[in-house]
Amino acid sequence: MRTLPVFRRQKPEVFNTAKTKDANYSSQWRLIYLRFKKHKLARASLVILALLYAAAIFAQFIAPYGLQSYDSKYVNAPPMGLKLIDADGKFHFKPFVYGLKSERDPETMRKIFVADTDKRYPIQFFVKGEEYKFLGLIPTSLHLMGVEEPGRIFLLGTDGMGRDMFSRIVLGSQVSLSIPLVGVGISFIIGLFIGGISGYFGGWLDSAIQRLIEIIRSFPTLPLWMALSAAIPPRIPVVTMYLYIVIIFAFIGWTDLARVVRGKFIALKNEDYVIAAKIAGVSDAKIIIKHLLPGFISYLVVATTLAIPGMILAETAMSFLGLGIRSPATSWGVLLQEAQKIENVALYPWKLFPLGIVILTVLTYNFLGDGLRDAADPYKK
Amino acid sequence: MTKKILSVSNINKYFQVKSKTALFRKPASVRVLNDISFELIEGETLSIVGESGCGKTTLGRCLVRGMDASSGHVYYHTENGEQIDFLELKGKKAKPYRRNVQMIFQDPYSSLSPRMSVFDIIAEPLIANFKLSRAEIEQKVMEIAEKTGLNVNYLQRYPHAFSGGQRQRIAIARALIMHPRLIVCDEAVSALDVSIQAQIINLLKDLQEQLQITYIFISHDLSIVQNISDRVAVMHLGKIVELAATESLFGSPKHPYTEALMSAVPQPDPELNKSRIILQGEMPNPANPPSGCHFHPRCAYKTEKCVREAPELRQVGENHYTACHYGEELNLQGVHDETASVI
Amino acid sequence: MTTQAARTEQPLLSVQDLKIRIETDNGVMQAVDGVDFNIYKGKTLGLVGESGCGKSLTSRSIISINPKECETTGSAVYHSESEKALHNLDLLSLPPTGKRIRSIRGRKIAMIFQEPMTAFSPMYTIGNQIMEAILIHRTKDKKKAKKIALEMLAKVGISDQEKRFDQYPHEFSGGMRQRAMISMALSCNPELLIADEPTTALDVTIQAQVLELMRELQKELGMAILLVTHDLGIIAKMCDEVAVMYLGKIVEQAPVKEIFYNPKHPYTKGLLKSMPRLGGNKSKRLDSIEGAVPMPIGLPPMCGFYDRCKDRIEGVCNTKAVPKTHISDQHSVRCFLYEDQSEGESQ
Repeated sequence: MRTLPVFRRQKPEVFNTAKTKDANYSSQWRLIYLRFKKHKLARASLVILALLYAAAIFAQFIAPYGLQSYDSKYVNAPPMGLKLIDADGKFHFKPFVYGLKSERDPETMRKIFVADTDKRYPIQFFVKGEEYKFLGLIPTSLHLMGVEEPGRIFLLGTDGMGRDMFSRIVLGSQVSLSIPLVGVGISFIIGLFIGGISGYFGGWLDSAIQRLIEIIRSFPTLPLWMALSAAIPPRIPVVTMYLYIVIIFAFIGWTDLARVVRGKFIALKNEDYVIAAKIAGVSDAKIIIKHLLPGFISYLVVATTLAIPGMILAETAMSFLGLGIRSPATSWGVLLQEAQKIENVALYPWKLFPLGIVILTVLTYNFLGDGLRDAADPYKK
Repeated sequence: MTKKILSVSNINKYFQVKSKTALFRKPASVRVLNDISFELIEGETLSIVGESGCGKTTLGRCLVRGMDASSGHVYYHTENGEQIDFLELKGKKAKPYRRNVQMIFQDPYSSLSPRMSVFDIIAEPLIANFKLSRAEIEQKVMEIAEKTGLNVNYLQRYPHAFSGGQRQRIAIARALIMHPRLIVCDEAVSALDVSIQAQIINLLKDLQEQLQITYIFISHDLSIVQNISDRVAVMHLGKIVELAATESLFGSPKHPYTEALMSAVPQPDPELNKSRIILQGEMPNPANPPSGCHFHPRCAYKTEKCVREAPELRQVGENHYTACHYGEELNLQGVHDETASVI
Repeated sequence: MTTQAARTEQPLLSVQDLKIRIETDNGVMQAVDGVDFNIYKGKTLGLVGESGCGKSLTSRSIISINPKECETTGSAVYHSESEKALHNLDLLSLPPTGKRIRSIRGRKIAMIFQEPMTAFSPMYTIGNQIMEAILIHRTKDKKKAKKIALEMLAKVGISDQEKRFDQYPHEFSGGMRQRAMISMALSCNPELLIADEPTTALDVTIQAQVLELMRELQKELGMAILLVTHDLGIIAKMCDEVAVMYLGKIVEQAPVKEIFYNPKHPYTKGLLKSMPRLGGNKSKRLDSIEGAVPMPIGLPPMCGFYDRCKDRIEGVCNTKAVPKTHISDQHSVRCFLYEDQSEGESQ
């Protein structure tokens, strides 16, 4: 028999594969990426989410005021508009806000705020303000923006205690955006593990796990939350509280993911190529890692992404009901709870800004999930 | 010299069927394989034909251990004459025998993992069974790729870059890489277009000649079966109803079902389709098979005895077995070499 | 010649220069590229080719049921003797979702598909669905419609029709479902039946039953059939005339016996030779066609079969589009090998 050329010598084409854009050489992830790229709504959502999370990470820096600071002079102040042209029609290069002066409404005698066009406070960037720890590590007092004392900047108005809504929304996003992520992360791991066992071993173990999932899922969620949060001792530090709530969410959330994993596991187990690997003598562990996991991991990412909005809503709902995060810590749910009086809707509608942010976040997550789902199986025609 | 490679004896397979009405009752079971026994000679091609639901695919899967048979034995004869019950072997012990028995699937789209490059797919069995250096693996993969007519420059591509015929070549390369002695081809060419089908059949034949491989060729297409096999087993409802050398089976079938199957094949010849036997009715439900001979409700030659007694597979000629009470008496119509003259 | 006489009559359906383009991620696919054929009353035309040759798209475009992405041009002139409104009507000129094409679909031109399960809704009984078609096109009387439906079921060889009438599709076996679909398709006495791989999903013995049934019904009802299949065996059994498609073009068209006993195009020859047939012998190596069908995207004007052809003429076959050559009155082929043998004018 003639000797064959050794592979290494023929590598030129192989070498090029990394650079070539040829779909023939594209792995699963690249194909998914190419498909995802076509989904414009999902791409836009990804950008918005990235901005939201960036804001959450650098919240203390972005927020002009801290969580605790309040000013009783400015209770229920409306949002200040950022302006470039002043009352006299003069253009200013730097955006500015007007100061506020309080007046009485001549009819209702209610206290209202009007812009004081005499006091013009230009926005200043990178100003010194309250002390905080940047990323929880570096002590600093630098803030993204602010105005000179005694001016105040309330971009989205203030609440009933004279706290800046914008700062509170940004700071609250730290909790509201991270709890779902951590919660889904934990349920992802539990779901993958338990669903994998259920799908792989089958038999009575599968039946038992499936029944357990059904029982957990048949619990009405509201009383369950109440029961679980009643079990949380009162007056505990914010961090511990946070952990407890994440655990509550994970406890409920893993069931969905376990089902997805199990379903995919069973479907893939009977695929011809998995049987082919089995016949070829590939070990079970390797079959799981090389064939089954890559097969459903993309679906899992989709399921996870689509599970996040549910958790955001759940956290909001829990805090709204006073079962979750409690003041002085804040989350969007806490903010909405504070805004739940009907007079707010009529008189101080800016207190409902957190609602808008919640809707925006949930929608973008859903769009992102849709895009991922369409891209998850690039081999389907 | 005829050397046995596999002896299959009394394989049975039951499938549990979930009954909709019974919550606590024991689930019903369907007998998909009914006492299948045959022997396989090294280097031959044994075809298993039958209509869908006859159990041919299940049989194939049981033989390669892709599925466990409910009862029975599959004795594997090693090269130095040892006889091992393949079905008894578990785990690591089975490995050395396993690699001697490989399989090619029907659908080349689902039998190749879309997430692995072609090189990785072909190399996978090697990596799983031997400790080889990267260079050795590359060498072997190249060798087999060339043998199966694959372009070695395209091995780093993913399966979705290949057409059906090319994919089936990849599947064949994967099955061949460990130099198995036996390959089970489960409808290996049915999903392919006619012109590609011929390429793959020729490739399988060439490989057999070069490497002395034994094939079990599972198919529903009698024309292909006649072209490729040395012996043919006809299955009906989980049973082998006729087993014979190809010429003998096609020339003078000894089971009415075989006759009807052959007659039903539409021939690519407008003048030939004269006297055709068209079977009435459909395949009986395997969950509730008819009494006696399972074929009797559709058989034109049935008698009282067929309804009462189930016929056993018995020898009626040299290398010719049938499971029909009247195998010798019926003068059944075969196909003759009259079409060969066309073109 | 009797077929000669048939030529003078006006075809039931005359498809001319049919082209279908599909936008894909990789470019514009010319799935069907200038197909023309005629179908005559009571005759069967076979459209044969491998997967992806455009045969299904061609047949579906006639009744405008292709997906929206398919950009269809050309004409399909339908001529029904019985109805004035249907004299020389170009079906492709009708809006694909309009009333007129819908009144033709099902009533004048019926279709049966490969997978009968998808043709029936799982939510309604078989009888209901057959009746629905009759109620739309034939009669408004429910009792009469049921009577016709039962008659149709009997006609396609379904015994115990009263009971079967009230059963759901999943209670039917594959063969039965295909019969039921045929009965639904024929319930309005169509003049043309389009059968797209009608027996591919069936076992051989059932396939033989269904094909036999189609032939009997054709004799009885006098309809024309456009049979789309990849199986030359079925073509030989069923058809009067055959059009062989390759890469969106009809490469050869002739009466069935001409195709099988006097094939001209290298592709037709190759197909016939590569088919294993009963009665052949084992030692015989099959003549295969090497290579694979290219994707019909951005192909230059040349013979699509060039790369796989054994008889190709370099510098001729790969430089220009192949015109249709008439070898005889009824036998046409798209191949340069026969260019000088043409009898009639080439188009």
